[in-house]
Amino acid sequence: MELSVIDKTTTASQALSRVRGGSTIMIGGFGTPGTPFTLISALIAHGAKDLTLVKNDANEPGIGISRIFEAGLATSFIVSHIGLNSTVVELMNTGKIQVEFSPQGILAERIRAGGAGLMGIVTDIGIDTILREKRRIVEVNGREAFFEPALRADVALIHAAAADRLGNLVYAKSARNFNPLMAMAADLVIAEAEEIVAPGDLDPDQIHTPAAFVDHLVPIPEITKEYGVLAHHVLET
Amino acid sequence: MSLKHKIAARAAQEIQDGSIINLGIGIPTLIPSYLPAERQVLVHSENGILGMGRACTMAEADRNLIDAGGTYIHVNPGGSFFDSAVSFALVRSGRLDVAVLGALEVSETGDVANWIMPGRHTPGIGGGMELAQKANRLLITTTHTTRKGEPKLVRQCSLPITARACAHTIITELAVIDVTAQGFALREIAAESSVQEVVDKTGAELMVPDGEVPTY
Repeated sequence: MELSVIDKTTTASQALSRVRGGSTIMIGGFGTPGTPFTLISALIAHGAKDLTLVKNDANEPGIGISRIFEAGLATSFIVSHIGLNSTVVELMNTGKIQVEFSPQGILAERIRAGGAGLMGIVTDIGIDTILREKRRIVEVNGREAFFEPALRADVALIHAAAADRLGNLVYAKSARNFNPLMAMAADLVIAEAEEIVAPGDLDPDQIHTPAAFVDHLVPIPEITKEYGVLAHHVLET
Repeated sequence: MSLKHKIAARAAQEIQDGSIINLGIGIPTLIPSYLPAERQVLVHSENGILGMGRACTMAEADRNLIDAGGTYIHVNPGGSFFDSAVSFALVRSGRLDVAVLGALEVSETGDVANWIMPGRHTPGIGGGMELAQKANRLLITTTHTTRKGEPKLVRQCSLPITARACAHTIITELAVIDVTAQGFALREIAAESSVQEVVDKTGAELMVPDGEVPTY
């Protein structure tokens, strides 16, 4: 195949056109950095319902994936921490959405296992806690551990700082977080990128996610305000 | 100095040169400003940073660079970025020398409860369970009692625990207390407190050393 003819660039609505109701969708990001705001807006416009979302956190009220919950499009959430989003806490506590909490690094490893073609991981994290109630316990070398099933999704929405048209991705600073893990763990991987360059323009040594994992690339037309610094998270000095 | 800053200042003295440390949200975040300038530590942040520096002003803030609590921060020379799996590999594999976390309750056997108050406070687990269970040394920074005046240092946690037998040292506005095989052991008291006050406000047996107790 002539690599120079491969171009995974498309529009957000085209990339999301195959997303169906009831899908499981992984969304990168830890707080604002690495959250794919352009793809989230396109997902809301697409309107698929009864979604299960997988993300580290819930962003904050009115921001990022919170808007998917606020639009009533998602019914389940697999997540590590929602403490900065009182709206999603309320949706959970009133039974409007089902929330499954996972320790943060275990969520990461379950996703990594899913992306690596493994069926799960074995860990002792939380073994002495109420997490026991909902987990399968196995014994390894005489010690109790949980079997934590791998996580895969129908779709992953990824934010990259830069990409080439083949789909190689580079992330920036703390915007990397869950993005490279989720980019391996879904059947349909859609990455938005701040900059899309020609193959060869990215240093192969600097690529975080190889092109094989990426199905569609969506250029971000403009770094809008929602990608910007949240003033309430700047400490007063 | 506010209570929180007093606790943070005393906790800073527990951090050894060359340590890899993780600082939870709240009081622990205040610790770096009380570390002596020559103290070299690498601060880990769950969202994929080792070598985190001080908080940014608005003019300095980079939209791609926050700590695990969302605050915009600097990265010090020698810092590195990595994904969330690597971040917790570092924690779980024994490379994290010290974690400093807040607590709702700590038991005399070192159990820590700090992630959920069923029906009242349900933010999720975050990175706390792995930090508490796997850090080589866990410091707890907390007020000695709840807002209602109830002891946070107790015989047994009433709230669901984060991890069992994990706390090594507790630093409050009143005392520095070590968790030992025999239970809570008083190491130091705040200058404005007294041994009697600490005993009264601790909800479990407290071993008091012979002679004068050092103050801070």
